[in-house]
Formats: sequence, structure tokens, C-alpha cells
Amino acid sequence: MTDQAYNFAYLDEQTKRMIRRAILKGIAVPGYQVPFASREMPMPYGWGTGGVQVTAACLVPEDLLKVIDQGADDTTNAVSIRKFFQRTAGVATTEATAEATVIQTRHRIPEVPLTEGQILVYQVPIPEPLRFLEPRETETRKMHELEEYGLMHVKLYEDIARHGEIATSYAYPVKVEGRYVMDPSPIPKFDNPKLGQSPAIQLFGAGREQRIYALPPYSDVVSLDFDDHPFQASKAPHDCDLCGAKDSYLDEVITDDAGGRMFVCSDTDFCAGRRAEGHVGRLGEPV
Amino acid sequence: MTATISGDTLSGGFTEAPMQSARAFREILEVLARPGLIRTVTGAAPPAPLSIAAGVALLTLTDPTTPLHLAGAADCQPVRDWVAFHIGAPLVAAEEADFALGTWDALQPVARFRIGQPDYPDRSATLIVELDRLTNHGPALSGPGIALSTWLSLPETAAFRANRALFPLGYDCLFTCGDRLAGLPRSTRVENI
Repeated sequence: MTDQAYNFAYLDEQTKRMIRRAILKGIAVPGYQVPFASREMPMPYGWGTGGVQVTAACLVPEDLLKVIDQGADDTTNAVSIRKFFQRTAGVATTEATAEATVIQTRHRIPEVPLTEGQILVYQVPIPEPLRFLEPRETETRKMHELEEYGLMHVKLYEDIARHGEIATSYAYPVKVEGRYVMDPSPIPKFDNPKLGQSPAIQLFGAGREQRIYALPPYSDVVSLDFDDHPFQASKAPHDCDLCGAKDSYLDEVITDDAGGRMFVCSDTDFCAGRRAEGHVGRLGEPV
Repeated sequence: MTATISGDTLSGGFTEAPMQSARAFREILEVLARPGLIRTVTGAAPPAPLSIAAGVALLTLTDPTTPLHLAGAADCQPVRDWVAFHIGAPLVAAEEADFALGTWDALQPVARFRIGQPDYPDRSATLIVELDRLTNHGPALSGPGIALSTWLSLPETAAFRANRALFPLGYDCLFTCGDRLAGLPRSTRVENI
């Protein structure tokens, strides 16, 4: 039941129209960061105010909403945003990736492949991929305008010169449709290959930085690399200790003060689904 | 209440704006994100000659902050009154418009619409183009949002090819026909077959 003190999905209609127009321009120019008049939300910056505004502008009453934080459905950020939309939009929620129609995510792409009809909304802290290389907005805007991305390649080259490999492991920059270099938000680079040619619509919202950008379905998204140092999607070289999955992204969990540790799927729905199917990892117990 | 305001002016808007505009936006988002896709929308009853879909698009996307250009037959008193009452968008010349509405012929020459600036390509017009027929037969489309290729009954190809050549600048189009609509963002490549 929607709390009657709020408009549907919290934001007023004028604000939603403004956000919707920004989303459509973002779809029309994939990877370009569209400025929008981000509103104050009833949560602090850094808690997904951008993603929440994009989700609020997209939700319909019939939606089935899933919210994840680093892959998990049951962490503070995910639970509070899910409750926020349960209360202000009255939408049904789920933890099952395959059932959800709108998925708001903080820093992961679900392991289960997305499908047409789904929308993935990313929470973005710093949308400008060049920001740590060039702090001036006037300059980064000019660099995007002129497609001048040499500085990013210098940064990746210096990684190789210093570490012998590209050390960037998350928020790994991508080039969209051969034009704009884009920050895919701080997802692990393990998830980068899922950005391109996805059947789902992917929307990115940065509340504090007041930017929205988008990837339409089936977009070309290329992780930046060099011919002699090709991009590699890396993960911890282990299997999940609960479900035994060999191909999922893992969190490392310290279990005692004597060096004990375990590796578990970061995607809790994926891991729980596998365990329900009878898969058991090194430390797991049959369900 | 003056005698010049007719009942048609006051009716035909969303009766439940938050829900109806949310559902309409999702369809608009889907068709613009997947060029070639044709979807149905409901909720608006604008005065002639506007189609239901064109009315829904206006109610969902435009407001007092978005200058609107009405072209050709759409630029008539009943439509102007309806826009004034339900939307409040300022009516402007084509060169200043964020949104433009009319048939393809009425919108000519389309080169006059805003295509954005090199540093702000989002500051461009969105054209709502009324078509007599909207089907998946016609020029081939490819690009972002399209898995392989698809087809759409575009009014022509040359203008859309010229628009694509401006990328990342350019205008974006919504095509409306009755209660159905389709989208063509500037990123789509159009080929005659």
C-alpha cells in the first residue's frame, strides 16, 4: 500500500519529467553524461541518490523491483532502498534476478544474464572517467567533445610500466559505440564484458554529481586496453566455498584471526539459487 | 470562465497523472532504446488533428520548462488551448524548440531544429512526428538498441542519414500513429532496402 503522503515513487511529476527527458537524451547519445537537476533525497549522498532518482522516474506500479548492494540483497543499502520504494511506490519486490523488471544495483551486475524487458539502474559516485586525471570540468567536457582520450591511455600505460599489468580492477573505463569513454561505475572489471550487447536497458545515475547516462540494449562497449596487454576480466582464483561455483565473482571473508578465510559468491541470489539446486562448496552444507 | 474555452480544452488530459505518465514513459523509453519497436500507449484524448500517442508523449515529456513548436495542422487554436491548459509549454519557433510536433511534411525543413552543441549534445530537439502508417516495413535500421537489424516505415531516409552523420549531435524522433508509437534516436543507422 502506497503511503498516501507521497506522490507515486516519491518524486513530484515535474521532477520526474525532467529526469525522464535526461534519460531519453542519454539513451540517444550512449555513454554521454547528461546533466540533470538532481534533487535532495531522504538519504545521504553516496547512498545511491542518483540511482534512486532514475529508478523513481522509471518505475510503474506493475514493476517487480530488486535492489542489490555489491551483489547482495540483504545489506543495509539494498534493504533501505527496497523499503523506500515499497513504501512510496507500492511496488512488489523480489530477490530473484530473473523475475525482476527493474534492478537497482550498487557496484555489481548480476551473474544471471539479463533479458529484454529488464532495466538495470546503477548507482554512480563519480560519473566522469577522466576526473582523477583532470579535475577541471571545463577541461574534461572539452576532452569528451574532441574525443581526446589520450590521457586515459597514458594512465593505463603507466599502470603497466609500474605494475607489469593494468592494475585498475574496478570502475574500469570503457568506450561506448566507438565514441564516448564512460565510467561503468565501480563494478569489478570482471563484470565489464556483461556491459556490451546486453538485452537489458542500462541506466546510470549520479546524484551528487548530477549526471545521468545510459547504454541502450545491444550497444558496443569495449574495455580500453592495448594490443599487447589485452583486457582481462579477473576474479579471485577460487571456487565459491558455499555453492562451488567456478565462474562467479567472489568476496573474500575473513573467518578467524589465524588466517582463516573463505570465498563466497558476491551475488547472493545466484549463490542461494545454486545451493537450492544441490550444489555444495568446500565449506557449504547441503540445503 | 470565458466563452472561448470549450469543454474539449479542459478534458483529454491524464486522469491519474503519476501512474499514467509512468506507464507512458516506460513505453517511450522502450521504443527509443529499441528503435523499430512499436508500442501502444493510452490515457490522452487530445483535440484533432493530434493522435492519442502524440498527446500522451506531450503530457509525459513536456511542461512549462520545455519550449514546444507546433507545425502545420497541429498549430491550430484547439491544440494551442489544450497545450496551454494541460501542459503550459511555451509555444516557440522551430529553431528554439526542445520539442516539435507535426507531420513529417509540416516539420520540413528539419535541418532547422536544434542538434545540440559539441560539448552538450543533449541540448537538442525531440521531434514528435505524426505518421499515417506505422509498421515494421520500410528502411532497415541498425545501431544501438537493435540486436541485428529491423525495419520501420520511415517517411524518408535521406534526412535520417544526414542526422546520423552529425552524431553525437542531431535531433531524436518519436513517430506516432493513432495510439501506437516508435522511436528513432540520432544514433540509428538507416538504410534503404
